[in-house]
Amino acid sequence: MASGRQLIRPYGDRRDDGVVQLSFTLPVPLSEKAKEAAVQFVRKMGFSDVKVAAAEPAADNYTFFIVYARSGTYVDYAELEVPEAIVRKLGFDELNNLIHEKIGRRIVVFGACTGTDTHTVGIDAILNMKGYAGDYGLERYPWFEAYNLGSQVLNEELIRRASAKSADAILVSQVVTQRDVHKDNARQFIDAARAAGIQGRALLLLGGPRVDHRLALELGFDAGFGSGTRPSDVANFIVHALLKKMGKEPAELHYQGEPS
Amino acid sequence: MSAAPFVDEAQVQQARQLAHEITQPVMDTIRRHTTVSIERTVLRLLGISGAGSGGVPLANLLVEKLQAAGLLNKGAAYWYGRALQMGARSPLEAVERLTHAPPQQLAPLNAEAEAKLRDEVRAETREAVEELQRRIETRNALRAELPMSQPPHKYVIVATGNIYDDVEQARAAAQAGADVIAVIRSTAQSLLDYVPHGATTEGYGGTYATQENFRIMREALDEESRKLRRYIQLTNYSSGLCMAEIAFCAAYERLDMLLNDAMYGILFRDINMRRTFIDQYFSRRICALAEIIINTGEDNYITTADAYDAAHTVVASQFINESFAKNAGLKPWQLGLGHSYEIDPARPETLLLELSQAMLIRRCFPDAPLKYMPPTKHKQTDIFFSHAYDVMADLVAVWTRQGIQLLGMMTEAMHTPLLADRYVALKAASYVHRAARGIDQEFTVREDGRIATRAREVFANALHLLEECRAEGLIAAIGKGRFGDVKRQETAGKGLDGVHEKAPDYFNPFLEILEARN
Repeated sequence: MASGRQLIRPYGDRRDDGVVQLSFTLPVPLSEKAKEAAVQFVRKMGFSDVKVAAAEPAADNYTFFIVYARSGTYVDYAELEVPEAIVRKLGFDELNNLIHEKIGRRIVVFGACTGTDTHTVGIDAILNMKGYAGDYGLERYPWFEAYNLGSQVLNEELIRRASAKSADAILVSQVVTQRDVHKDNARQFIDAARAAGIQGRALLLLGGPRVDHRLALELGFDAGFGSGTRPSDVANFIVHALLKKMGKEPAELHYQGEPS
Repeated sequence: MSAAPFVDEAQVQQARQLAHEITQPVMDTIRRHTTVSIERTVLRLLGISGAGSGGVPLANLLVEKLQAAGLLNKGAAYWYGRALQMGARSPLEAVERLTHAPPQQLAPLNAEAEAKLRDEVRAETREAVEELQRRIETRNALRAELPMSQPPHKYVIVATGNIYDDVEQARAAAQAGADVIAVIRSTAQSLLDYVPHGATTEGYGGTYATQENFRIMREALDEESRKLRRYIQLTNYSSGLCMAEIAFCAAYERLDMLLNDAMYGILFRDINMRRTFIDQYFSRRICALAEIIINTGEDNYITTADAYDAAHTVVASQFINESFAKNAGLKPWQLGLGHSYEIDPARPETLLLELSQAMLIRRCFPDAPLKYMPPTKHKQTDIFFSHAYDVMADLVAVWTRQGIQLLGMMTEAMHTPLLADRYVALKAASYVHRAARGIDQEFTVREDGRIATRAREVFANALHLLEECRAEGLIAAIGKGRFGDVKRQETAGKGLDGVHEKAPDYFNPFLEILEARN
């Protein structure tokens, strides 16, 4: 058995030297004592040969450290099992390139906050140019054609407008959750989508602070996105889901950050 | 750099003239209309700055009431005067009287009473403006006492969501060498049709812009400035549905700069075109009075469109933004026209191309401070590469004498900056600025080289775009997606219901004072 093991640790400039670089800030002024605190902190993480390469006064009461240290721990590479189908979450440029190459046309996405809900915060964060937390909205992706219909849109109206443009995906945002109104409205959307015959044709996505993937699946959507979702999460889902539908990606492909 | 490289002065003047002709038709719309945001600003100036139950600002309560009664087109100041005439002794009482008694049932006044009412409100407005000016003079005195460091002014962002944590991070950044602190706003605040009230400790991706938060941060930076013997500037965002109100709150709390763009809201926040044009005018009038430097948002165009292909749209838009700014009384020293280091780094010659673009803009706007933005679109999560990439922008900034430089963060595209990220960026920028200052005086760019040729090409395309905009009108040009590849229609977008045509006897004594200044 031992012959099958492949023990690895970081490579600094010699095999198995275990050298790691760390940088962090401690909330104390720069002093000898602060440097000692940094050394102790790194030792407590299990490192040895701790060298404080730089201790800089980032502000009056903060010291920024760059530290090199060695780790004696290892990982047995041979025993790791990671399904190879898992792919990395793609960034803005990579995703646009992928659409360009594999789909060859712009992906049409419609979104709205439907029903009586007036809160456009969620749908705006995902669709508008500006996006959310530094993550660009779908409007900004040259290979997405995104339409944000705003709030208080009837489910039927959203479906009608999306069908007219043969939308690839429809995003329904539900922010208000009083008396589970979001679930009732989401169910009504699915009923309307079935009636219009678009369920199964367009990807149906549900989003909102009280939404999760499981709830969305139960209600008949293809995916659900809760709070903290970034536009790029939605973009990645849509692109992979379309590629799977087109048979250009294996149906069992998984990627980082996919809704679960 | 030679005195006038790349393009003839006559061509630059032609671009300026075209921009003037493009903005004039829009100015007609601006003059004929007011908005709920402008009317709320007038009320805030007159002292209606508090909030009622549930945190609803009193200015909103009153303006909504007037709007529902179809009376807003006479100007909120007029109805404020009617309340005083009915015996209100304070702004708060005025609000009460107007919200309890339906103003539409008030009988018209005779000419004499009408004139008296207007004179009284004018006098009160004048006093309020004088108070505002005194506050601005206090800020100017501190700026004179504590000189700022040499440009490019190093601008960094804090974004914790909690104003008190923001203060802590802003102080740390100032101590590490920052010259300008921007408190980024909570996600989607620009879409709120009111300014939240009071100090706030919870935000999403940023901190709510409120008058109280402005006060807290400016007070902390005053203290820090005195300690460091170096004036630290503060900026926020006069954009979205409350451009004018934010400009007023910022002026009152002695802010130094504001993000303020004539078209950003239309393109990137889908705010109605008319609403944005009308609001930007009034907000810029306030900035002119308050000696606030505006930062425009052309850098955003090249995060949507390709930075190489759309370079000319930045230049054309800067001429348009400049014209709108001049129309509102802003002086060249107040124009932090935005642009950025954003060409795909995988291309060859990007340093030459970025220098070309920044030099061209410097050449077109010699007296404007300009605002230089760091790379974001092609940022990678390899922080070491990212840092090197940012340093190149530092070099271009000092080479082209940028007045304001937003520093890139090596963890851009990952998370909001860690405290140390700002420190690292500030240290590198200080080094590069120190090392390369004066480089523009040492090297003359050859007129037949790559940089000059590219600059002439971009300028020619900008001129062509300006000609198109003049021929088809700015509104149609935006409708065709000429800027940032975003298409918007005149009557679409948010906030159009807040636009009102002025009545013939519309009354706005604040605007009268602002417009009388030049």
